[in-house]
Amino acid sequence: MALPGTWARGWAAAAKIAQRRRHAEGARGSSSRAPPSSRAALYVHWPYCEKRCSYCNFNKYVPRGVDEAAMRSCLVTEAQTLLRLSGVRRVESVFFGGGTPSLASPSTVAAVLEAVDQAAHLPADSEVTLEANPTSPSGARLAAFGAAGVNRLSIGLQSLDDTELQLLGRTHSARDALQTLAEARRLFPGRVSVDLMLGLPAQQVGPWLGQLRMLLGCCDDHLSLYQLTLERGTALFTQVQRGTLPAPDPELAAEMYQEGRAVLREAGFRQYEVSNFARNGALSTHNWTYWQCGQYVGIGPGAHGRFVPQGAGGHTREARIQTLEPDNWMKEVMLFGHGTRRRVPLGQLELLEEVLAMGLRTDVGITHQHWQQFEPQLSLRDVFGASQEVKALLAQGLLLLDHRGLRCSWEGLAVLDSLLLTLLPRLQEAWQQRTPSPVQGG
Amino acid sequence: MWTPVGWGRWHGRALTVWATSAAHRGLLEPRLTPSRGAAAKSRTADRLYSSADRKEKIDMSRFSVENIRNFSIIAHVDHGKSTLADRLLELTGTIDKTKNNKQVLDKLQVERERGITVKAQTASLFYNCEGKQYLLNLIDTPGHVDFSYEVSRSLSACQGVLLVVDANEGIQAQTVANFFLAFEAQLLVIPVINKIDLKNADPARVEKQIEKVFDIPSDECIKISAKLGTNVERVLQAVIERIPPPKVHRKNPLKALVFDSTFDQYRGVIANVALFDGVVSKGDKIISAHTKKTYEVNEVGVLNPNEQPTHKLYAGQVGYLIAGMKDVTEAQIGDTLYLHKQPVEPLPGFKSAKPMVFAGMYPIDQSEYNNLKSAVEKLTINDSSVTVHRDSSLALGAGWRLGFLGLLHMEVFNQRLEQEYNASVILTTPTVPYKAVLSSAKLIKEYREKEITIINPAQFPDKSKVTEYLEPVILGTIITPDEYTGKVMMLCQARRAVQKNMMYIDQNRVMLKYLFPLNEIVVDFYDSLKSLSSGYASFDYEDAGYQTADLVKMDILLNGNLVEELVTIVHKDKAHTVGKAICERLKESLPRQLFEIAIQAAIGSKIIARETVKAYRKNVLAKCYGGDITRKMKLLKRQAEGKKKLRKIGNIEVPKDAFIKVLRTQPDK
Repeated sequence: MALPGTWARGWAAAAKIAQRRRHAEGARGSSSRAPPSSRAALYVHWPYCEKRCSYCNFNKYVPRGVDEAAMRSCLVTEAQTLLRLSGVRRVESVFFGGGTPSLASPSTVAAVLEAVDQAAHLPADSEVTLEANPTSPSGARLAAFGAAGVNRLSIGLQSLDDTELQLLGRTHSARDALQTLAEARRLFPGRVSVDLMLGLPAQQVGPWLGQLRMLLGCCDDHLSLYQLTLERGTALFTQVQRGTLPAPDPELAAEMYQEGRAVLREAGFRQYEVSNFARNGALSTHNWTYWQCGQYVGIGPGAHGRFVPQGAGGHTREARIQTLEPDNWMKEVMLFGHGTRRRVPLGQLELLEEVLAMGLRTDVGITHQHWQQFEPQLSLRDVFGASQEVKALLAQGLLLLDHRGLRCSWEGLAVLDSLLLTLLPRLQEAWQQRTPSPVQGG
Repeated sequence: MWTPVGWGRWHGRALTVWATSAAHRGLLEPRLTPSRGAAAKSRTADRLYSSADRKEKIDMSRFSVENIRNFSIIAHVDHGKSTLADRLLELTGTIDKTKNNKQVLDKLQVERERGITVKAQTASLFYNCEGKQYLLNLIDTPGHVDFSYEVSRSLSACQGVLLVVDANEGIQAQTVANFFLAFEAQLLVIPVINKIDLKNADPARVEKQIEKVFDIPSDECIKISAKLGTNVERVLQAVIERIPPPKVHRKNPLKALVFDSTFDQYRGVIANVALFDGVVSKGDKIISAHTKKTYEVNEVGVLNPNEQPTHKLYAGQVGYLIAGMKDVTEAQIGDTLYLHKQPVEPLPGFKSAKPMVFAGMYPIDQSEYNNLKSAVEKLTINDSSVTVHRDSSLALGAGWRLGFLGLLHMEVFNQRLEQEYNASVILTTPTVPYKAVLSSAKLIKEYREKEITIINPAQFPDKSKVTEYLEPVILGTIITPDEYTGKVMMLCQARRAVQKNMMYIDQNRVMLKYLFPLNEIVVDFYDSLKSLSSGYASFDYEDAGYQTADLVKMDILLNGNLVEELVTIVHKDKAHTVGKAICERLKESLPRQLFEIAIQAAIGSKIIARETVKAYRKNVLAKCYGGDITRKMKLLKRQAEGKKKLRKIGNIEVPKDAFIKVLRTQPDK
């Protein structure tokens, strides 16, 4: 890919800045003690793909040609606008997702990171993840992303079986995947994650476990296991509907999941979230922010965010979504500096519901301290301690409520959605019955 | 009519929920005929001209008894009864020939759509023959056994019948049932072989069948094509020549039979009457022998086929009468009317409607309850034979338990609800009224009778307190091409039927008679019969009283907790099959929960069937990151909302859908 001269220069400059940032890190030190409202994670959505995968219903486009300069400029503009609006002074992680962000130029990544660092502070030790498909990046390209500031890779490997990869509509082979993985590990040691899917149509437990074991022999310290969800509007969904493909067997998927997490536990991985496993402390900081209900700013077409617009004097956390379609989004960014399509203020109860539903996805669950940050009046025990239905779940060993807080057991984690159907109404009930606190701002 | 009945349950085999749209043709399609009093609002709407339009009143005194003929047309469905009636009306100038007389007597939407008669209509035909003016009263009876009582009342106003048989299809089950009704009423039967214009018509074969089955000489058969009008005139002549005039007297005090009644929004009840004795005119004070209530006659007239007022009606004549009755229950079919201060012996055979098939009816959505209630009220105002009891089910909410004369009656009612009132309902599987002969003195005292009828399984008395249980039985007639005889016999055996008779009605058609428990045919017998005979077998039945039956009460348990909705009365021999089927269907429709669920069918403490729903092993969204939160929370909250509405049995949550699916009967394999 030959870049025009000006782009190449721009890229080189951005890379230099990234280098500088990295060197300056030591001096600044870690300041994670800064108040939560002044920190945020940043999600960057790159909406383009080479090809549509048969299972994916994300906001993505397969364009004829991408005006990358325009896209880059709009991402930079929106990052500046929204970070200023949020009043955030420290961005602790950046995640380039998509789409296929590894199709973007490293210079674009660098430009966005530079803008982030200028608008808020992007510490050198911040986690900067890029989603990569095993086909798109060559080793040199991966290195260029590293030079641009990326320090973690998430590889959409999905399967080590070529037939399954074809079924999923992936453009890579198992061999491509393993090569990319090896290259990535060389460039980003200890900072590479791979995705593996389970519960595909016709997939059997034994062979799938074989794939997992093979992957364990060559993977890095982070792994995600995703059960296939058949989404409406995808090719796979249609095929299953028409009967040209067998419907995935939920029984088998459950077995793969249970066996898989047991295998990973034996291999020294911590299941720190429903679908995520890490060893040597290689958790994803960025995703952890989602599950802990930290603030995050989303830029790019269709990106979601949740933050308090403090820069504009706001006090209430908002759920925000950017305009979906890339061309419209760009027009809006050029006109208004951002493409926010919808802002929904989140009530205190709604926020607590999210704290509950997201927090319980993690192995630590919701600690008393964590809950207190969001709700100082009504403790976890106040909410859940007296409920007979919750007690039944505790007695069944699916849920734990103790001195540490509220969390799922190993068995409970696999059926969390069923548990939430008891916990959420209980929370609503407790919220309605609470005695309103006398002095609560806002 | 709206009586509270307490907690509702399904009764008997309690298995199906029929949404009204469900294409349960059951016993319906072959023999839709009149429903007792099931008049329609469409009747008024379709009226060609109302009585008010006709100023000139006919003087009925000029028709003396010798010149009156009262007759009915009876036929198997689609054999051409309504077409023949149209031709007769045209020939006599009752209706205009140039008009599109498509089955004038069929006024209901369901009738026109299906080409069958649901509601009996009556017409007075004026006919000149050899210089004499005749009054021919065509009393179009309901032909279906569900309405055998109505038929018998209509027939009791006749002296003869036209028995119409299709020249191609020949005698069918309903032909036989109809013939015997007429035969028992000692009416003259004129066999009419219709559709002789059809390519495959074989009138000679049908003549032989008629001779063999009904013992009527073949030269008495009139071969016609009602469609083309061929030989229809000969039918009229036969009516005059062969059917005797009624044996009645003008001089005697009034004795009028109510053989049908309908409701008109503006004029109240319109009673169709046949005068056995006497005269009636406007201003007369009349009394109902059944209710003993007195009414003043506002209007009398003949039907041709719309109401046409006359000065008077005389003995032997048939017409209508309006007398300030507000409710169809005041003009019950079979009742006798007589003049104030001139009491007469009531005509024999009067019975109040006796429902034989019960079903629960619930709105699909409870918010529709009031609309449905109003629709049911409107329909029952014209049909006093439907019994309505308020009922409620823990799973399905508030609704009613409706009693019908038979399956067809139920189907017609249901279809009218849907078509005329646009109501969608859940209809539970039809069940039958069982009886128990009590032995416990305490219970006898409590019920104040020795033999009780059980409609609700909860009332089912324990075996120790009972001498015997009884179930309603029917005598079924099946006519089938003989190649299917084996299969038909196997089906009947599987339905606990006992063979009573078997005869060849011609070279390759067999007539079988079986005594069936009513419960065995109420659900899907007709569909099974039709499908195993490629549609060629026909079926009809008549009431045959009650017989001793080894009945048991079957409970359905979820982890040991009783599911009240599914308590079922079942014959002991069928308990295992029915119990297993319910358990299997529950297994299919119960969502997994966080623990294992044992589904059991039990008789007393004995478990006779069991299925298990395993606990959830995995139920958690795989991917949940920033962008998915809103969607995920929405989904969870919707599910949590839905969970609140679920019926809990023990700690097991049972969605309404599961009940509906379980209660839907699946056809026999």
